[in-house]
Amino acid sequence: MPRVILTPSFADLYAGGKVEHEVPGLTIRHLIRHLDERYPGIGQHLSHGVAVAIDGEIYQNALLEEVGVHSEVCFMPAIEGG
Amino acid sequence: MGEHRYKWIGTRPNRPDGADKVTGRARFGADFNMPGQLVGKVLRSPHAHAIIKSIDVSKAAALPGVKAIVTSKDFPEQPNQIVSAGEMLVNLRDITRNVMAREKALYDGHAVAAVAATTEAIAKEALGLIKVDYQVLPHVIDVEAAMKDDAPILHDHIRTEGVEPKPTKPSNIAKRIAFAKGDIEAGFKKAELVVERTFHTAPVHQGYIEPHAVLASAAEDGQVQVWCTTQGQFTVRGFCSRLLNLETSHIRVTPSEIGGGFGGKTVVYLEPVAIRLSQKTGKPVKMVMSREEVFRASGPTSGGMVKVRLGATRDGRLVAADCTAALQAGAFPGSPVGQGCMCSFACYDVDHIRVIGYDVVSNRPKVAAYRAPGAPILAWGVESAMDILAQELGIDPIDLRLKNAAKKGTKTHYGPTFNTIGFEECLQAAKNSDHWKSPLKPGFARGIAAGFWFNIGGDSSAAAHVGEDGTVTIISGNPDIGGSRASLAMMAAEELGIDYTKVRPIVADTSSIGFNFLTGGSRVTFATGLAVVEAARDVVRELKKRAAKIWEVEPDAVVWENGEAKPASTNVGQQEPLSLAKLAAMAGKTGGPINGHGQLNAQGAGPGFGVHIVDLKVDRDTGIVVVDRFTAVQDVGTAVHPSYVEGQLQGGAVQGIGWAVNEEYIYSAKGKLENPGFLDYRMPVASDLPRIETILVEVANPMHPYGVRGVGEVPIVPPMAAIGNAVARATGVRMLDLPMSPPRLSAAMDAARPKMAAE
Repeated sequence: MPRVILTPSFADLYAGGKVEHEVPGLTIRHLIRHLDERYPGIGQHLSHGVAVAIDGEIYQNALLEEVGVHSEVCFMPAIEGG
Repeated sequence: MGEHRYKWIGTRPNRPDGADKVTGRARFGADFNMPGQLVGKVLRSPHAHAIIKSIDVSKAAALPGVKAIVTSKDFPEQPNQIVSAGEMLVNLRDITRNVMAREKALYDGHAVAAVAATTEAIAKEALGLIKVDYQVLPHVIDVEAAMKDDAPILHDHIRTEGVEPKPTKPSNIAKRIAFAKGDIEAGFKKAELVVERTFHTAPVHQGYIEPHAVLASAAEDGQVQVWCTTQGQFTVRGFCSRLLNLETSHIRVTPSEIGGGFGGKTVVYLEPVAIRLSQKTGKPVKMVMSREEVFRASGPTSGGMVKVRLGATRDGRLVAADCTAALQAGAFPGSPVGQGCMCSFACYDVDHIRVIGYDVVSNRPKVAAYRAPGAPILAWGVESAMDILAQELGIDPIDLRLKNAAKKGTKTHYGPTFNTIGFEECLQAAKNSDHWKSPLKPGFARGIAAGFWFNIGGDSSAAAHVGEDGTVTIISGNPDIGGSRASLAMMAAEELGIDYTKVRPIVADTSSIGFNFLTGGSRVTFATGLAVVEAARDVVRELKKRAAKIWEVEPDAVVWENGEAKPASTNVGQQEPLSLAKLAAMAGKTGGPINGHGQLNAQGAGPGFGVHIVDLKVDRDTGIVVVDRFTAVQDVGTAVHPSYVEGQLQGGAVQGIGWAVNEEYIYSAKGKLENPGFLDYRMPVASDLPRIETILVEVANPMHPYGVRGVGEVPIVPPMAAIGNAVARATGVRMLDLPMSPPRLSAAMDAARPKMAAE
């Protein structure tokens, strides 16, 4: 099952401080949906202004990207550049 | 790696825009004009913090030649929420107030009204006739002062985000953010040596030579055209659409050539104002900032406080790393503190890390992006602390970093586990460099520091149009800041198998190419490069189809090699190869024009690492830092056009040298900026600098067909600490605050003399 990692700030606000989560799903959208079922309201915040790293590769605006059974998926602040 | 595998990638052809730029044909922001245009000028607040009780424009409006005046009342109110505009997530309430002050002026230079007149002289005279009734409020400039409980509050609605329970009182601390890995206190229990210092950096301006400039023309049918200097024409369109309630298809933005941006031209200041003035007058309106306006009103990057605590074993293994940072956001929330915090310890593989960041508003211009936003501020603290650790442990500073270097498989404190990265390779290249191996000149000292930046991808579109003679136009939508036209053309030539000179790249307006996110984040050669590769491959697919039609075979029976269609095997029959030029000439008879398109959201940009080495001496009497030798080492993926990659490394290093030794905003006691010009805001010039040497470490990015990584931002991350570390070794004085300007450094050396003499 994919392993989802939240930043401590995010975990404190939406997930009772729990940073790591085992979440079923084949895409980022599935993971967000399942997380929102566990922590109502978190889904909206994970869908906007948040970057996602899947197995170390950072994705901006990820939604339909596939995740593997053993993937590490990190939600973190979106990255802007200069 | 490129030299032997590729025909064009890795070579150094002339840039397509070079001739226009050296002959003066290139048109920059202020070079656009239209018949009958008016001149727009902005009235700016002389106060750092003041309630705008009323604005009386009657006398100014009555001045002959004045055609229109706008204030905040001419811009619709916006919601206090984060929304998307041109793929940027922004708080429109704040943006519209930054473009034109509404209830309060929040910094010296904040726009409060604007005039359109027939001449610049009349426009300036009209500004003097506008009467603004201010109620001046106490102000706060510095970040730590703004965080105090009794600090003047800029925004009554701000409650610190990221704090539980949610605060009930307003605060200048807009947000608290935290990252962690392991157990920080358990880590420090293992430490045999702890280094702890608090560092500060000054806000610095991007210092682009070309000021902000715009020409806007709003027609009677609602269509708007804008010509401006920007890093993203689609971002300008997005912002203006939102701020003025216009449909995006009604706004056509053409980017000029750009005289530097470095992140500072990713937002809007003049564009919505010029459009509104044009709408009110029915005439084109041109607006150009003066240098003073650029300094007073456009975004610098944050200054900040960075408290670093490192724990290590005696053999140099980091066991704990802790950091707290507070970054100035300027007058509205949104400093790059989150990114800075993520970059802080990204270079190192440490089991126990904690990083806490604060986003703090104060009475300064709203910050804008500046190369690797946030990262250099954190790196100043972390890399200085690493050097102190190396000195206290008696370990070579490169060896200390090698011992702790992040590598493939290292889990970062902000979440992801690194894939293929090149930090160790950069450290080894630095260690093996001629610079590092060369003996120091007498009186000089050497410093090194490292840096990290994520690099980004994002949305890009590109088109490839084949002309009837077989030459190809590559159309993209990103202003060319660092030589991207050349790099995109080289990738297209490589894909198509034709000569680089047969490919002509152009930068299109917002109505002539699909959406492109802005030029920034070191993304264009990577992301738009991918779109160009897609567009070129689309052309090749079509060319193979046309050859198949001519040969009356299936497209699969045709291969594309070295710019020609050839039979895939002898089974197809004996066919003379068909060149791109031949197929282009027959396009009409085989199906019509041949064009290709690519559009994608590029992912997997691949992070970058750099290591900088500097030799310098410090004049003991004046405190002047003389940089004698500087080498920038960086993991650049594949250097598509090495000259422009080297140019990025050199430019970042030079801006970092300025950040380190001179640049700062000087405010009066009343909060007025006292050095809004290049004479008093001292940036490095050629005579201050040695040749910046570069070492390109090519660790290919597996997520790009040519291995491209972004390169433009990493090189501004290490220079400040590299210089500070060399200054410490040259003088015995560890500078904790930037800039290490002559008066500050001189004072620090004077203060240290009695102590050093006693020792």
